Amino acid sequence: MVSPNTEVLGYDSKVEGGIIVSRVDAVINWIRTNSIWPMPMGLACCAIELMGSGASRFDISRFGAEVMRFPARQSDCMIVAGTVTYKMAVHLRRIYEQMSEPKWVIAMGACASSGGMYRSYSTLQGVDRIVPVDVYISGCPPRPEAILDALLKMQNVVRQDRGFRKTVLGSLVTR
Amino acid sequence: MTASATDFAASLQTRFPNLTARASADVPAFNIPAAEVIALLAHLRDECGFDLLADLTAIDWAPGASPRFTAVYHLLSTARAEYVRIAADCLGGEEPTMPTATGLWPGADWHERECYDLMGVKFTGHPDLRRILMWDGYPYHPLRKDFPLAGLPTELPDEEIAEYSGTKVIPAPMAGGPFVAQPDGSVTTATGRGPRALDQAWNEKTEKPAAG
Repeated sequence: MVSPNTEVLGYDSKVEGGIIVSRVDAVINWIRTNSIWPMPMGLACCAIELMGSGASRFDISRFGAEVMRFPARQSDCMIVAGTVTYKMAVHLRRIYEQMSEPKWVIAMGACASSGGMYRSYSTLQGVDRIVPVDVYISGCPPRPEAILDALLKMQNVVRQDRGFRKTVLGSLVTR
Repeated sequence: MTASATDFAASLQTRFPNLTARASADVPAFNIPAAEVIALLAHLRDECGFDLLADLTAIDWAPGASPRFTAVYHLLSTARAEYVRIAADCLGGEEPTMPTATGLWPGADWHERECYDLMGVKFTGHPDLRRILMWDGYPYHPLRKDFPLAGLPTELPDEEIAEYSGTKVIPAPMAGGPFVAQPDGSVTTATGRGPRALDQAWNEKTEKPAAG
């Protein structure tokens, strides 16, 4: 038996006070921005500075990126820290392909950005020749402050991402 | 040369008549034909106490030189802290060969693989003569004098990755370098530093010089 609802539906401060209206893109990007799980592709001395930025003095967890994940499938931001040889470049690309979407790449230091001082037959002249790069860090090696700065710039990239609207919402509409 | 070093050289000389003294600024050094090098190394290890193969490498004397390659062995006596250097000209000119020393020192394995990888010296009798630094299938020997520092174009080690990434191994952009800081503070390019510099001037802006 169905009885009519006689209660007056009005403003309930207990419920409505806890509601924020926003766009789904903004919410998802906000979540992603503050939980970047880096994949530390440590190939040379830059990796030591990367470890420094993760330790207590610089503390990368202040920006939500302390969960360094070596399995590529659990990470979403590859930090290429060091010299990439051609021999390693193919493995680097393979690991990048294994990372789940959405994914970003930070080229850390001179070697990863451009080959650095290794103008030689064995060195890939910039990791952007084999994977797309979002943020480059200068330095040889960069200070941990520079890594944190790059992480903030990385967060800006993530914040502006329209991927969710394009892919997930787009597929809902077409369905 | 001290008296004991002279005695040492003379005793080796009587055992190996083809042994000749080699110019050296530091430790005793000798030249030996490639055919006798393993016998000499075995003698030095077993009779003279040089128990450690400290280094094994090769020299490229330049394209067209005869001999083109010379293998160099550095032995150390761990008991007496003395070194001796043995040099042997490789047979075979542009396709150099040397007998392997892996039968004497297992540690010679990787040294010889490196020497084969970078210089192209084939060590006959080596149990597993593969490249050790560059990937299998790399077509050049990069430390040879006729190989430019910037490298030569070729394919990536992994065909699948090469296909869908479209990336190739290309000569590194030297952009006029390598640059050399002079004692007076000025910076010059490497060209004009002799034959070694000339091949380095071959880059993406300067055409490869014609052969000969």
